[in-house]
Amino acid sequence: MTESNGSQRSVGDSPPRVDGTGKVTGAALYVDDLPVPGAWHGRTVRSTVPHGILRAIRLDADFDWSQVVVVTAEDIPGRNLITLIVDDQPALVPLGGTIRHVEEAVAVVVAPTRAAALEASRHVTLEVDALPSIHDLDAALAAAVRLHGDDNVQKRLEIHRDDADIDAVLAACDHVVEGVYTTGAQEQMYIETQGMVARWEDGRCHVVGSLQCPYYVHTALKPLLALGDDEVIVGQAVTGGGFGGKEEYPSMLAAHAALASLKTGRPVKLIYDRGEDIAVTTKRHPARVRHRLGLRADGTLVAADVDVLIDGGAYVTLSPVVLSRAILHATGPYRIPHVRVVGRSMATNTPPHGAFRGFGAPQTTFAYERQMAKAAVRVGMDPIAFRRHNLLRDGDTTATGQVLSGSVGSDAVVDALEQALEAEPPTPATRFGTLSAPVRRGRGLAVCFHGAGFTGSGEARLMGRATVAALPTGGFEVRSSSTDIGQGALTIFTQIAAQALGVDPVHVHIAQASTDRVPDSGPTVASRTCMVVGRVVEQAATALRERLETWGRSASSAAPAASTASTASAPPTAPTPAPGTAAGAGAHDVLALARRHLDQVGEVAETRTYEPPAGVAWDDDTYTGSAYPVFGWAACLVDLAVDEDSLEVTVERCLHAIDVGRAIHPRIVKGQIEGGTLQALGWALWESVPYADGRVANPSMTDCIIPTSSDAPELETILVEVPYAYGPHGAKGVGEIPMDGPAAAVASALEQALGVACDELPLLPEVLQRLVAQGGAASIGASS
Amino acid sequence: MKLRLTLNGTARQLDVHPMRRLLDVLRADLALTGSKEGCGEGECGACTVLIDGEPVNSCLVPVAQAADHEVVTVEHLADEALMSDVQAALVEFGGTQCGICTPGIAVCATVALEREPDASRERLRELLAGNLCRCTGYQLIIDALADAQAARAAAARGHGAERGTGHPGATAS
Repeated sequence: MTESNGSQRSVGDSPPRVDGTGKVTGAALYVDDLPVPGAWHGRTVRSTVPHGILRAIRLDADFDWSQVVVVTAEDIPGRNLITLIVDDQPALVPLGGTIRHVEEAVAVVVAPTRAAALEASRHVTLEVDALPSIHDLDAALAAAVRLHGDDNVQKRLEIHRDDADIDAVLAACDHVVEGVYTTGAQEQMYIETQGMVARWEDGRCHVVGSLQCPYYVHTALKPLLALGDDEVIVGQAVTGGGFGGKEEYPSMLAAHAALASLKTGRPVKLIYDRGEDIAVTTKRHPARVRHRLGLRADGTLVAADVDVLIDGGAYVTLSPVVLSRAILHATGPYRIPHVRVVGRSMATNTPPHGAFRGFGAPQTTFAYERQMAKAAVRVGMDPIAFRRHNLLRDGDTTATGQVLSGSVGSDAVVDALEQALEAEPPTPATRFGTLSAPVRRGRGLAVCFHGAGFTGSGEARLMGRATVAALPTGGFEVRSSSTDIGQGALTIFTQIAAQALGVDPVHVHIAQASTDRVPDSGPTVASRTCMVVGRVVEQAATALRERLETWGRSASSAAPAASTASTASAPPTAPTPAPGTAAGAGAHDVLALARRHLDQVGEVAETRTYEPPAGVAWDDDTYTGSAYPVFGWAACLVDLAVDEDSLEVTVERCLHAIDVGRAIHPRIVKGQIEGGTLQALGWALWESVPYADGRVANPSMTDCIIPTSSDAPELETILVEVPYAYGPHGAKGVGEIPMDGPAAAVASALEQALGVACDELPLLPEVLQRLVAQGGAASIGASS
Repeated sequence: MKLRLTLNGTARQLDVHPMRRLLDVLRADLALTGSKEGCGEGECGACTVLIDGEPVNSCLVPVAQAADHEVVTVEHLADEALMSDVQAALVEFGGTQCGICTPGIAVCATVALEREPDASRERLRELLAGNLCRCTGYQLIIDALADAQAARAAAARGHGAERGTGHPGATAS
């Protein structure tokens, strides 16, 4: 079958996913598939107003509560907070406490069946003294209602490239291009809703769920439950997509499930239905970016002044780091000598916004690439030539003063895009024939970069660890907390470890990401799993093979009395060995050595800790230095057609060239890029999350749509490989960058097609109709 | 109420409330958890099963409607083999990522390829449009189905062993 692959298959090949068979046959167990004997089911009771003081929780006296347990803040044994960056969000609002958004959790009702829990939840009413509330950036800025400090600013961050007076510099430019770019919330819409199972055993709390970051949940549960490190065990079930949506919110579900299990003395399942999931979980931050760009008549960029506002929602959660990534990407992959960027995350009475693929960068990328499109028109240059004229290249300096050194794929991705354009398009341009009216066509371009790994000093702080061990049952096991959420972590770690060990991939097993079994590798976010943790896996596997080989050479009889585990940190200065060199000694040798070692000495494992490459220094106070260890680079081109009557848009062609460093598994990389690209097209054209008084107005899949296979164009993906010396085999992050560019390309194509500025997302037909009406373009959208 | 149906080739008698969702009966009573609930309102297709060969969203079907009919779930697509050719192609071509939509895709695609063996890529997209996937952008799913289609066509012409793009699942069904 598909998993009986040969030993030649490894890095750079595309073997079948190791988890593929279970997924296509239905055998894979997601959280709601896990058999949990005796489990009761939880349902969360939430506020009905966006802002107020909770006075009472009333249980309907006529309802039969004999088979229901109600969990409130009073049942929390420890600290009533969800630990994250700023500990401001309660797990359950206590009596007398402040409700800050309409979906805020107040109680959890627990009953023998899901239906009974839902029914019981309808018989709980809240008494709340309502307060005035604010729901958008303008209201937050006006600060008539103060939710955070005096000005509702949750976080303010600034970048100053130099001391120049940016207004004076702009005033002296030949051209100044100015625009305001607004983007809406976006729902991750993983097809598996969030879910968690908790149970207590021997005084320890065991949690399994749909999640990206087991140690985030672990960190949040310990103070909430007043338990120690070893008393909370958090594991990942097979997870049906995350895209950032399962980065931090699972801590909330885990808190509720654990408290419910504690009070009932039973295992508790807490599985959100789709309506609840859309309404309450985090979304991409709505944003407004004001961008001023100064340039010379010859098209040379001189200055950028960018003001970034994001709607953080009711609690701080991850907004400071989303804002950080937003401003660090705000001037794009271009040489601009004078830069000022100011970013603010604003508090509103909206459910907190959070991580979604791209993490702030898509919002600012939309702004700067729309600016570049306008600037090219202004100076009369071809869009590609204009970008080439200003692109960052090896040795250039970014807005934070980072000198780019190595793996700079800016030209390579533009070259690849141009080559693909010179070739014939692989599919006919008119795919669907559904456009009834005359159509207008447009072409849009976007070039962008995306910092891989944690921002600034993040990776140095995280010190992600991974272990590779020889198993008593034969073969090897990789232990890391990096989760497979569909992106292929299990498969690429198998490939990387197998190649470093010099064994067939069938001899490598990846341990379940459970905090009692794996070290903390850092979270599964920020395009870091392959590049950062993959490298640590490679180092641990290499160290284990070398240790076994050394032992084998020196100890035909006398085995070394060394400890059975090593936790040395390998210096990160040595580039990755060339592919294939590790396998030289022969697979049998390492496998046989491991078996002999187990028999004669005992278990053997190697753990390694990530160290950023030398020279990656970042100053959080001045926001200067190396913002990221390396960047990915991308060029995207969109051809589209707009129906003149209905203003429906059909994407006819979407080309995406992305520098991934090295593709460990080209097909998985292609799948990552294509999935991210379609999410970006969806964000640009179809996906809308309107709010009404702080509440999501379309909490269902029927109304909150994502693209279908019929909406999607044939996606043309070009993998460009400019190797990164400190990634495994040259690989660097790829998870997020496909999300960044396509929306700007779509908007620029629509601007070309319709002759009106398209500076907001999503560009729904009704939005286009308004823009066309405002822009006075005759004969378009007339009948709609 | 008691009802009879044929489930994955086996005659079964169930004692269930007639208005329970077929999806819940499959998952909770019969431990067939391959069919997934993504939305509960017939939008996402993750719960797709076959009733008399017709793909349906089992979250919208009261179990009574399956009485005296033949129900096939993802667990039975390959009969005795581990995977059907369609399932194997989805694995081989990267048509599954997080995998939560994959059972529904596999069920729907099985019918699509049987009914329209010559469907174009564009037609395949229409046939799959009731099954949402958030991971792949659909490209590799369509690639997988196109390959399975080509393999069947080649096998029908008697050239099954000479498949150009051959994937290892070709012999599975």
